[in-house]
Amino acid sequence: MANTVATTHPEVAHHAHDEHVVLPQHRHHFETEEQQREAGSFGMWLFLLTEIMFFGGLFFAYLLYRNWYYPAFAVASNQLNVPEGAINTAVLISSGFCMALGVWAAEVKKKGFLVLMLVLTTFFGLVFLGIKADEYHEKYEKHHIPGASFSTAMFTHPADFGIKEEPIAPDMAEHTQLFFFLYFAMTGMHAFHMVLGIGILFWLTWRAHKGEFSEGYVAPIENFGLYWHFVDIVWLFLFPLLYLINRHPLH
Amino acid sequence: MSTATILHLPNQATATIPKKNYITAEHGLLSWLLTGDHKRIAMLYLISITFFFFIGGAFAGLIRLELLTPQPDLVSSDTYNKFFTMHGIIMIFLFLVPSVPATLGNFLIPVMLGAKDLAFPKINLLSWYLYMTAGVVVLTSLVMGGVDTGWTFTTPLSTHYLNTNVMTTAVGVFIAGFSSIFTGLNFIVTIHRMRAPGMTWFRMPLFVWSNYAASILMVLGTPVLAIALVLVALERTLGIGVFDPTKGGDPLLFQHLFWFYSHPAVYIMILPGMGVISEVISTFSRKRVFGYTAVAFSSVAIALFGFFVWAHHMFIMGVSNYSALVFSLLTMLVAVPSAIKIFNWAFTLQKGSLTFETPMLYAFGFMGLFTIGGLTGVFLGSLGMDIHLTETYFIVAHFHFVMVGGMLMAFLAGVHFWWPKMTGRMYPEGLSKLAAVVTFIGFNLTFLPQFILGYLGMPRRYHAYPQEFQVLNVLSTAGATVLGVGYMLPMIYLAWSLKYGAIAGNNPWQATGLEWQIQSPPLTENFPITPIMDHEAYDYEWLAHKMEQEGNDVG
Amino acid sequence: MAEHIKHHDASNVVNPEHAEHHIVSPLEYTFVFAFLLLFTGITVGAAYVDLGWANPVIALGIASLKAVVVILFFMHVKYQSKLIKMTVGAGFFTFFVLIMMTMADYISRAWGTW
Repeated sequence: MANTVATTHPEVAHHAHDEHVVLPQHRHHFETEEQQREAGSFGMWLFLLTEIMFFGGLFFAYLLYRNWYYPAFAVASNQLNVPEGAINTAVLISSGFCMALGVWAAEVKKKGFLVLMLVLTTFFGLVFLGIKADEYHEKYEKHHIPGASFSTAMFTHPADFGIKEEPIAPDMAEHTQLFFFLYFAMTGMHAFHMVLGIGILFWLTWRAHKGEFSEGYVAPIENFGLYWHFVDIVWLFLFPLLYLINRHPLH
Repeated sequence: MSTATILHLPNQATATIPKKNYITAEHGLLSWLLTGDHKRIAMLYLISITFFFFIGGAFAGLIRLELLTPQPDLVSSDTYNKFFTMHGIIMIFLFLVPSVPATLGNFLIPVMLGAKDLAFPKINLLSWYLYMTAGVVVLTSLVMGGVDTGWTFTTPLSTHYLNTNVMTTAVGVFIAGFSSIFTGLNFIVTIHRMRAPGMTWFRMPLFVWSNYAASILMVLGTPVLAIALVLVALERTLGIGVFDPTKGGDPLLFQHLFWFYSHPAVYIMILPGMGVISEVISTFSRKRVFGYTAVAFSSVAIALFGFFVWAHHMFIMGVSNYSALVFSLLTMLVAVPSAIKIFNWAFTLQKGSLTFETPMLYAFGFMGLFTIGGLTGVFLGSLGMDIHLTETYFIVAHFHFVMVGGMLMAFLAGVHFWWPKMTGRMYPEGLSKLAAVVTFIGFNLTFLPQFILGYLGMPRRYHAYPQEFQVLNVLSTAGATVLGVGYMLPMIYLAWSLKYGAIAGNNPWQATGLEWQIQSPPLTENFPITPIMDHEAYDYEWLAHKMEQEGNDVG
Repeated sequence: MAEHIKHHDASNVVNPEHAEHHIVSPLEYTFVFAFLLLFTGITVGAAYVDLGWANPVIALGIASLKAVVVILFFMHVKYQSKLIKMTVGAGFFTFFVLIMMTMADYISRAWGTW
């Protein structure tokens, strides 16, 4: 396909500081590569704004009910596994670190390092999901999945289960189900976004391996990086809000 | 009224539609279904929203038919509930929200800015497919028996007490929301980053400013509706009690999330229409819009303040008195920028050289009817009045005045104004003027009685009412029939014009604006060479100078 | 018609704010990485100490700090144009409007009749 930018701008090669890079992925409705890259980045940020507002609704529901039913939320929160949650936080931070390095690799045109970083990002993402699955399984075993099989026994009679908490009244204990509903809704929504992200990572890794992103065309890596870091940020808030409500219950 | 017109058509004996344009550029169904061209996507949207408009209109007809008599004698109450719910959902999400942005906005924004296309053509096409998917899902829900929660999905009715197709409809609305988000996203990036050289923010047509403000609302507000619907869906499946008071939940939580979007949604609907009015009033007064800066900033102010007033839909629902007070005060504030725009349009008309072609007739209709609708909105914003008027026909009349008397008239004004640009053909002016007048008469006959019904106490969403309200209801139904005729006419003559309409030429209205400097219909790439904007918006002197220089025979 | 590219239109097209295309170095990223891990540890540690009302404040404060650092460095916002910075700000502003104004309703409900 005729490279329209080159044919109408023959002086491109002489403007070093203008950097009118002409790439095969240049779309005809943009005047320059810079404009296309900026537009793509801006567009991805606007999409992330919609994600902020989307999760915002869930965060508000959580804030409200934590306020209304604090005792129930506190004891329910203590049933979550802090080591697993903290490790998962570190895992996601590591995957974010690798993603950021991947963007750098694309910018300095190091194909091998880029592919490695994408693979590591994916790996850490999968580790996160694996640990999450284990946590969900534990909830299933303890009858903490909201619905027909939910049991408030651990909260009304903690001593019977060897749990060092004050027991709470049965009507307040009912509201622990609301905590777990929000826990599954929020971490589930987060995990869904991770799964989508990992899917895209596979695709990007394959394309990176073919060399698509080591010749100056970095926008998809950059923009996916924005998405991935955003999903990370959501978890950075979910962890303290869900796992660390009151970890010193008997003081 | 004089018979003067500014319409200036080329010599019909020799004029032809330009052979190379965006319609003839490629052939075949797939070239339309897989297009990236913003103009083709706009046409796809125009056809689809018209289709859904008539379905929504059919439900309106059924509602008015039932309300001819005070007894609930046409359909059962559940069925009646389905009528007004489907009417609301289809009209709001599948017609009004995408109407101007997705059709006129898609078509014109790149051209008005001097760009070749929107920033993300593929996402634009995706928007349309999401819209069509949403439409199909809503139709499916309809065929499966419909939903009767009201378009507001109020909980816990929608989560616990109804067995109708809430989930399906919620999915449809969710998908439509994404269509809207992607359109808004595309517009924001395009307007910020793809203006032609010399096209500064304050040289852009006010149509672009209005769509920009609406796009911000689309991007920031719609996701909150999405999460509200997700929570309703989860609640229906799991029944945890997040909105159920018997289980410790708060039904108002849903309403806060729902109205956080749905109030800005009304500005998403009206702002693009206001953009159209700016263009039309300027062109048919031969005068630049009075107070360009004020109108531009007012558009953005409406968008900003629109985020702070949502709980005025919840005054009687159980919000705290303090909250109600704050939201009521803020509601008074949000009316100000809208009023500023009306004043500026009025001052544009003053000492202007007015002609009354069809778009201008619709614009005048807009000015009067939107003012009435907007003022009644202020009445409703004041707490004392709202206690009595809420959930009555006063509300129904209020929002139909702004949405139908305002927005729909603006949409029709825009469709008529830019029809020659989009199709290369003129519509028949006599018939279109008749349709505009019939619509205006029909509208007033339908909805003015509803204000009276409302303050006399007739509740909304009821299909039976006390005998003494019948006369007003009959008037309203008669009006609806007239209104229906008024809307059918453009369908017929616009379709007719595609084959038999006069050839329009580049600039039949002698308007300013980059879109009028290119051929009708435009080329796929809009501009053969990137234009440089070297004059202010609505610069009629520049236009006169240019027309002197080139003469304007088009062939 | 190639002049318009050299026109360097001040309001648009090529990189209007002339934000230098800064490439963040792996060293900067490593500092950020270490910072994030450190504060994760602090957050977990602080949760087990009874600090009364300060516990949730510290937890959210640290989470916000981490988020800001990720946004500024991993997401490059520190080196981006004013437009991007304002966009991020607009997003968080709207989020806060949702949270604060809705919370205000719930908090003031408990204030009794007036």
